Amino acid sequence: MPLSDQTRVEIREIIAKYPEPRSALLPMLHLVQSEEGMVSTAGIEMCAEELGLTSAEVASVATFYTMYKRRPVGKHLIGVCVNPQCGILGGDKLWETLTEELGVDNDETTEDGEFSVERIECQAACTYAPAVTVDWEFMDNMDPDKLRETLAKLRAGEEVVSTRGAVIRDFCATERTLAGLDDGLADSGDNNADEIMLAGLTYAKENGMSAPLPGGDE
Amino acid sequence: MATALTPVLTRYWDQKDSYTVAGYERNGGYKGLRKALDMAPDDVIEQIKASGLRGRGGAGFPTGLKWSFVPQGDDKPHYLVVNADESEPGACKDIPLMLASPQQLIEGMIIASYAIRANHAFVYIRGEVPHVIRRMHAAVRDAKANGYLGKNILGSGFDLEIVVHGGAGAYICGEETALLDSLEGRRGQPRLKPPFPAVAGLYASPTVVNNVETISMTSQIMRYGAEWYSSFGSEKSPGIKVFAVSGHVKRPGIYEAPLGITMRELLDYAGGIREGHKLKFWVVGGSSVPMLTEDHLDAPLTYEGMEEVGTMLGTATPMVFDDTVSVVRAITGWLDFYKHESCGKCTPCREGTWWIDQLLHRFKDGEGKPEELDLLNELCGNILGRSFCALGDAAATPYPQALKLFPQEFEAGIHTPANEAFDPMASVVFPGVKTS
Repeated sequence: MPLSDQTRVEIREIIAKYPEPRSALLPMLHLVQSEEGMVSTAGIEMCAEELGLTSAEVASVATFYTMYKRRPVGKHLIGVCVNPQCGILGGDKLWETLTEELGVDNDETTEDGEFSVERIECQAACTYAPAVTVDWEFMDNMDPDKLRETLAKLRAGEEVVSTRGAVIRDFCATERTLAGLDDGLADSGDNNADEIMLAGLTYAKENGMSAPLPGGDE
Repeated sequence: MATALTPVLTRYWDQKDSYTVAGYERNGGYKGLRKALDMAPDDVIEQIKASGLRGRGGAGFPTGLKWSFVPQGDDKPHYLVVNADESEPGACKDIPLMLASPQQLIEGMIIASYAIRANHAFVYIRGEVPHVIRRMHAAVRDAKANGYLGKNILGSGFDLEIVVHGGAGAYICGEETALLDSLEGRRGQPRLKPPFPAVAGLYASPTVVNNVETISMTSQIMRYGAEWYSSFGSEKSPGIKVFAVSGHVKRPGIYEAPLGITMRELLDYAGGIREGHKLKFWVVGGSSVPMLTEDHLDAPLTYEGMEEVGTMLGTATPMVFDDTVSVVRAITGWLDFYKHESCGKCTPCREGTWWIDQLLHRFKDGEGKPEELDLLNELCGNILGRSFCALGDAAATPYPQALKLFPQEFEAGIHTPANEAFDPMASVVFPGVKTS
């Protein structure tokens, strides 16, 4: 199926941001993926046309990066970080819960097309271990019960909010965000500084500690 | 006397709008930039050199020196690229810095770009963090609307555009030359060095690649002075560092302190090991550095202090594991990671990570053979120093040290699966779930 003219217009806007057109390729691939839920041959060809590359050159890039999917992804992509910390602090158990609950294995999609699942190798959320992602939005400090509840809510179309503020949409919507398009969610969750980010600052304030600053500056 | 915490980069994080220009300015943000723009670019470089600031991405290269390597008067465009591809197990400090204080990073980026005479700068953020990518995009729009980006910044005649760039899932892109290839729209594979990026980087033009924390801190150094900054820390490791403590501690999180603080002190601030357990091992600089034990708790957390005890400060984001954790299981997890992330360019890493991982899995499953303990050491020795970039070296690092410190656990791996020797459910930290 050919991609929309709107995607082509947005691709050109992305290219215009860079000194050299080819630099836009990674965000462009996120964008074509947002339309089709995968990077299809049509998506590769559109990127190649717009950049004056061969489709083989674009395909070589699309197949290198794990976030580009060459098979259709479900409505939601659920990721479980299974690397230590997360794996040891509960990620392995969460993976077991997820795959049992959905009856699918790594890189597979449920029959109803609702969920794809992926084992993640470190999500840079070690202080929030164990971490899970839904459409790459973080669900920090997860446990098996919360995970089952999250899946049920997603399935029922109820609102699920990331622990970092944003409302969960779907895989394709996140891909537009990753392409750099404004999704209007930048202010969700204030500055996102939760007790984990504030652990040191809180301790310092409660115990009268601060960095000495010159010239009476605050 | 205990080393006190010194929040600098993190000190306004408890204010809800700390990420906006308005919130940042209210706290004196962009004062450092005004000072820098009143100076000659070379003097800014001198100030950063004098501060002793070293790269916070792990390698610890002196920042001012890196900036001074950029040839001037060469008629080529220059580029600044911020490495925000934070992906190594343990490392989780740059994500919070971009969420709560992106203006601080932008201020540092303008200062660095002015110093190296770049009119284009990039933030390369790993793809798996949409909340950070949207926050950085919004922060750049906010800064631009307030006259900090674009043409003639604050009437100085200096122009700068910042592009926020999302990656697509590849740890290797944290290696600076792989990052540059990726930013050029190619497969993210490392380049042969030399030439170094300072001479031939992005589009073969002079380029500085610096970590998020490094660039953020330059805003504070310009604001408060090199002398202020170098008054913290040690002679070889001056300054303040953002530590991220994770694992079996009561209060995991972000702790900002002078370099030279000890792990014993950091553990104390983090509430100590969870109730009823003892520290078993800790890894200070990301999974790529040798692990340490209780014996090393009083070593100063500086570049040289960690070298002295046989490891590396790296990202200074200690992972803490208590006595419920199998060392074999932990390092097998890390090797799964390196195997998954090897870019495939060079043979020792592409093949070697698979071999190490396969053998470790045998020990994890209780099916190791006695002679394979040496075979593993030999494999690691054949990768270390022989791979194209540091990823291969990193993959060869966990095993030899783990074997040295905990030989009995690998010997047990000849007959007993790690998950039988150590109940995995004893290590989990689910709230409300009983842990032994």
